Amino acid sequence: MKLITAVVKPHRLDEVKEALRAFGVQGLTVTESSGYGRQRGHTEVYRGAEYTVDLVPKARIEVLVEDEVAEQLTEIVVEAARTGKIGDGKVWVVPVEAAVRVRTGDRGPDAL
Amino acid sequence: MNGADTAFVLVSAFLVMLMTPGLAFFYGGMVRVKSALNMLIMSFISLGIMGVLWVLYGYSLAFGPDTGGVIGNLDFVGLKGIGPESLTEEGGIPVFAFVVFQMMFAILTPALMSGALADRVKFGSWALFIALWGTVVYFPVAHWVWADGGWLAELDVIDFAGGTAVHINAGVGALAAALVVGKRIGYPKEPMRPHNLPLVVLGAALLWFGWFGFNAGSELAVDGTTANMALNTQLATGAAVLGWLVYERLRHGACTTLGAASGAIAGLVAITPSGADVNAMGALAIGVVAGLVCSWAVSLKYKLGYDDSLDVVGVHLVGGVIGTLMVGFLAVDGVGGAGQFGKQAIGAFSVMAFSFAVSWLLAKLIQVTIGFRADEDDETAGVDRAFHAETAYDFSAVGGSSRSRTGSGIDQDAAQTAKDKKVDA
Repeated sequence: MKLITAVVKPHRLDEVKEALRAFGVQGLTVTESSGYGRQRGHTEVYRGAEYTVDLVPKARIEVLVEDEVAEQLTEIVVEAARTGKIGDGKVWVVPVEAAVRVRTGDRGPDAL
Repeated sequence: MNGADTAFVLVSAFLVMLMTPGLAFFYGGMVRVKSALNMLIMSFISLGIMGVLWVLYGYSLAFGPDTGGVIGNLDFVGLKGIGPESLTEEGGIPVFAFVVFQMMFAILTPALMSGALADRVKFGSWALFIALWGTVVYFPVAHWVWADGGWLAELDVIDFAGGTAVHINAGVGALAAALVVGKRIGYPKEPMRPHNLPLVVLGAALLWFGWFGFNAGSELAVDGTTANMALNTQLATGAAVLGWLVYERLRHGACTTLGAASGAIAGLVAITPSGADVNAMGALAIGVVAGLVCSWAVSLKYKLGYDDSLDVVGVHLVGGVIGTLMVGFLAVDGVGGAGQFGKQAIGAFSVMAFSFAVSWLLAKLIQVTIGFRADEDDETAGVDRAFHAETAYDFSAVGGSSRSRTGSGIDQDAAQTAKDKKVDA
């Protein structure tokens, strides 16, 4: 199994979700997160006091998949998240040793 | 008794009452999330404390028979001798209507200072501070400015609704207290962004609405002056919003929501002393100047190094001075001129000097006895938790709620912490 993690622009979340569902992915986890890459942050002004806000809001999507489809799904996520502008985010894939479905105790690919 | 006047003064009192919770929202949205409730209750508590003191002895000290031009006597302690039949004058309004109207001023004025002390003072000490400040600063100054025989009233200083007694007074008191209490931990290096700007705008809207009662109601009657004041209040406030936004756009590149809300308050403050004595063009000038100058003045704290957290000085003191001085020249009916300007300056600066000195002494007295400043740990973790055992928002599904307890309903750890603190004290 593999864990695909995607940190993307929050407004692309629906696109990514839809693309994964269309492929047949059953579930995923989304976390509101923040961070910065090359685009850095932005400046805000409050009564003349300027603050540099380094961390930009992002959606962090995590999805567990079987090894065979990992490459294909990574591509699907990247395509769905892309706007072509700076700050589109990152996607990475790591191997997963074990997974268990809490309700049934199913392990491995059956747990997905 | 004049029914129309009485009805208007009573409704105005209710409008002014709304300003204190409005102020609580205005300030509450501007602080960080960990002290939002504390900021709200610092204003809200004044509805209790100052309302009670007003009836016990405040009204008597402010509007009782004059003693030497500086304070009222104790004839009306506990509103002794005043009944439903008592009128302010033949064919006037019930004294009770005047008492409740002015009570709202006494409630609002100390609350204005809370913005300078955001995030970092002990709640009990704040409560004591406003009780003492009301007693030895506000009640006398209100007497100077508005009571028969008050020395600034006798000098014909124009302060229709409280530029000196309310805004300069509270602005300079806030500065003195902020100097005694010191800067917030991390100021000015750490970002201290407002946690809820919609709340700030809501507060500004409530203040603006309530301010019609504050300003127009101060005529204590329904006549042409009342209407002129209402019109000028709206005009100057709108102009100040524009003034603030223009300055901000040129200087910082954006028209901010906080700037619009702040500009409104600056305009309201400046038109408070002046609006009844100027025409529409005068009000326009006062509003624009207040917006431009106050938006610049809020940056002074960074240059001068004090932490007036929510700009009580930059908005209320500076706005109050602008309105009080400008009406000296802009007053209609041949009143405005160098002579009147001199009187206005005496009014503004005497209140400033008195209020600064006494406020500083009071804050210092509290600081060296029971302590004004919160403990470092309490300030860092947030004064909401330390003094009110609450948090403002519960957005989190994980760890956001606590176990319920029978009996006291207070978490035992917190109760234990409170006990430990008592031992320390």
